Amino acid sequence: MSKHKTLKDFEQQIRECVKCGACQANCPTYGSKRKEGAVARGKITLAASVLDGETKLEKELLQDMSMCMMCGSCVTVCPNKVPTDQIVGAMRRQITDEKGMSLIGKGVETVLGHPKLMKTLIKGGALASPLLFKKVPESSGLRLRFPTPIMNKRTIPPMAKKTLFDRFPEFIEGKPGMPTVGFFTGCSITYMYPEIGEKMVRVLKHMGFSIYMPHSQGCCGIPGLSSGAGKLVEKLAENNVKVFGERKVDHIVTACASCNGGIGEYYETMKADYDAFAHKVVDIQVFLQQQGLVEKLAALPKWDKRTRVTYHDPCHLRLQGITKEPRAVLKALPNIDFVEMEGAGKCCGLGGTFSVYHYDTSKDIGAKKIPGLKESGASHLATACPGCIMQLQDNINHAGLSVEACHILDFVNEALDDLKEGR
Amino acid sequence: MIEDRVVRILEDIVGKDNVTTAKTDLITHSYDATQQKFLPEVVVHAENTEQVAKVVRRANEEKIPVLPRGAGSGFTGGTLPVEGGIVLVLTKMDKIIDIDTDNLTAVVEPGVVTANFQKAVEKVGLFYPPDPASQAYSTLGGNLAENAGGPRCVKYGVTKDYILGLEVVTPQGDIIKTGGQTMKNVVGYDLTRLFVGAEGTLGIITKIIFKLLPKPAAKKTMLVQFETIDGAAQSVSEIIRGKIIPTTLEFMDATTIDCVRKATGIDIPEACKAVLIIEVDGDPDVLEDQASRILKIIEPLGIVGTRVANTPEESEDIWKVRRSVSASLRKVNPNKFNEDIVVPRSKVPDMIRALEGISQRHGVPIVNFGHAGDGNIHVNVMVDLKIEGMDKKAHDAIEELFQAAVDLGGSLSGEHGIGIAKAPYLGMELDQAAIAYMQTIKKALDPNGILNPGKIFLEKQPNEVVGH
Repeated sequence: MSKHKTLKDFEQQIRECVKCGACQANCPTYGSKRKEGAVARGKITLAASVLDGETKLEKELLQDMSMCMMCGSCVTVCPNKVPTDQIVGAMRRQITDEKGMSLIGKGVETVLGHPKLMKTLIKGGALASPLLFKKVPESSGLRLRFPTPIMNKRTIPPMAKKTLFDRFPEFIEGKPGMPTVGFFTGCSITYMYPEIGEKMVRVLKHMGFSIYMPHSQGCCGIPGLSSGAGKLVEKLAENNVKVFGERKVDHIVTACASCNGGIGEYYETMKADYDAFAHKVVDIQVFLQQQGLVEKLAALPKWDKRTRVTYHDPCHLRLQGITKEPRAVLKALPNIDFVEMEGAGKCCGLGGTFSVYHYDTSKDIGAKKIPGLKESGASHLATACPGCIMQLQDNINHAGLSVEACHILDFVNEALDDLKEGR
Repeated sequence: MIEDRVVRILEDIVGKDNVTTAKTDLITHSYDATQQKFLPEVVVHAENTEQVAKVVRRANEEKIPVLPRGAGSGFTGGTLPVEGGIVLVLTKMDKIIDIDTDNLTAVVEPGVVTANFQKAVEKVGLFYPPDPASQAYSTLGGNLAENAGGPRCVKYGVTKDYILGLEVVTPQGDIIKTGGQTMKNVVGYDLTRLFVGAEGTLGIITKIIFKLLPKPAAKKTMLVQFETIDGAAQSVSEIIRGKIIPTTLEFMDATTIDCVRKATGIDIPEACKAVLIIEVDGDPDVLEDQASRILKIIEPLGIVGTRVANTPEESEDIWKVRRSVSASLRKVNPNKFNEDIVVPRSKVPDMIRALEGISQRHGVPIVNFGHAGDGNIHVNVMVDLKIEGMDKKAHDAIEELFQAAVDLGGSLSGEHGIGIAKAPYLGMELDQAAIAYMQTIKKALDPNGILNPGKIFLEKQPNEVVGH
């Protein structure tokens, strides 16, 4: 028995779509393609027609289902809150199960009809992938996200020479009497951006917490969900719940929005007893606010030279309603001037594995961030998700702007010295 | 089914990528917000006027129906391919061609989303007032075809009041221009007005010349709670009689408030049986005076409480209440029949009383909210269609409430149009001669009946269907 919800489990919600079309306003792929199959209403209708036996998993249906970032933008504007992101996930799992292939890999050619691109991908991947991903586990989302390092004109940060796990032990002792927090690092931070992880450790240590960062933790499963690899996600979830259960922690903190949505939100929907684990999951920005660090930062005297910073809402936080907390941190920081940008809530275009197979659409979606960013006059675009950072930097580079995409923690870390420890 | 030969011709016109006969694509172009379903035979995306013209020309030669489609968010079935044929999607024609700040005009393609247009003109200090509830996703082409309204229409009028000229593809596939960029133009028949509100039955709009206004400097929003629905309804009449035209005058009845309360947890006291959201806009100096005059006029009409927004955020909070209405109504019953009747503004209290009677007589909850300031009330008959006989009950109630609106000198539809949803009731409002006159126009311009067939007029004489 699969631990995932199936299409059938979503039947009632699928029937609740009233076809009003409101999802068009927020859908990044519809915004780019302007085709009904790209938008939630079209996908829900197709899901219903599969349930009714009106259509089978035809090539065109696969293509429509592949046109989704699973960002959940549609859900936030849906009058009946039909969870299209989850429905697409269930649909993709069904496609993988029935067709014996996922949207990734073999299905790509069928789905996209880009045999040439496919060839390049396979060739390049076979040659260069082992070298690059030497340290990255087979099950990591990075492998799904970048089956090959040779992606047409795409900026991908190099894998770090020393992973986050090479840099820290599994347990870091905090101040006596202070509780232990779990740190779910995620693949991007562990292997590509370990410096974000370092800053996270420093901030948590500063607050006095002991840190438990099990090296046997795995990928959250989001890229697997995005590509319909249901069984892989089950394995990952099982392992993550197990290893974090090996020590008593009240919180499991994330600095990656996608991971947060994965191990927090998604595990909760699974048909397994993961609620206790999922309820401990907390985004670092939210955690800083809960623990009173934001207040302390706000009380600091402002720096004379401040960086002008704007913010991008990662979909996996925005969908959970976490929009105020990251801004509260940014507004409190003494070393920056926070400015809002137009379109802060628009998706960056990464979308799990979406950008791999729909790079042009992904780029097109990302380009929509640029006018607002330019107008803000910010030199830094902060966010709370390493995936977004990578994609945003790619967008910025393509637009020829000299803006740096970075993590909120970069600035928190910078301001940390102003705080006397334990104050 | 459409012949392969015709599909090839269409592919030659718009390119292979823009034509599809795949079952899944037919399914995703078979519906709109009416939730009814009619499969087209082929879906075509057009990218420019010439393509639209060529598609229509060939369709006319082959006598195949053509259904222009934008966002597909209409409430009366305007884009439904009830007789099959070609669904011609115009969402790719979404360029804002020009915003002319010297003349306060703009030229756009029909696939531009209403809210995107509003944002673009507001950036340069201009203003496009029509604001249908679907503005975040509806397209301007669709807004024109249905002559859409919205809350701001109390003061500013509806879509047709902002159209100076059009480019239209005729049923024969000719491209014609109507009106122009000038504020005045009386040369020949006013074809612009003919196409606006024609629901895509007379031509396909491919370019729009808009008239714009300067953006109002400021606005002030108030939420007023009333002891009775009568007090709120009367307030609407009294404000208008007091010669004040607010930007918006939205009202919500007791059931609506109850739904919103349950859905959002908003703090509105039980004693409050109706709410008016009143907004005034203009010069900041004048706003205070207008607001206090309004409050003075309505003071004797049984007010429970008043909330005046002092910041844009507080104003936004008030509008959030209004926007949460539609979704929260499902608390009453799962199925909703949403009608947009309109009555003369002074008759709003009478209409509300009539609706209460109809609701009781037919034993179906009727929830009312909407643009009371222009007499346009959104009447929602809420039922559970799973219960046997409910469909008939709902339709009986709807027919009666249409009649009540017409009897009060009102109309069946203020902003949603007729389409197929209201076609059976056309004869309630229009006399036979008027309907015949309209049908004569349709027949003369589109003798093969290829443009959006089966809409507005029923094949049978309307009066026979309604059974007068």
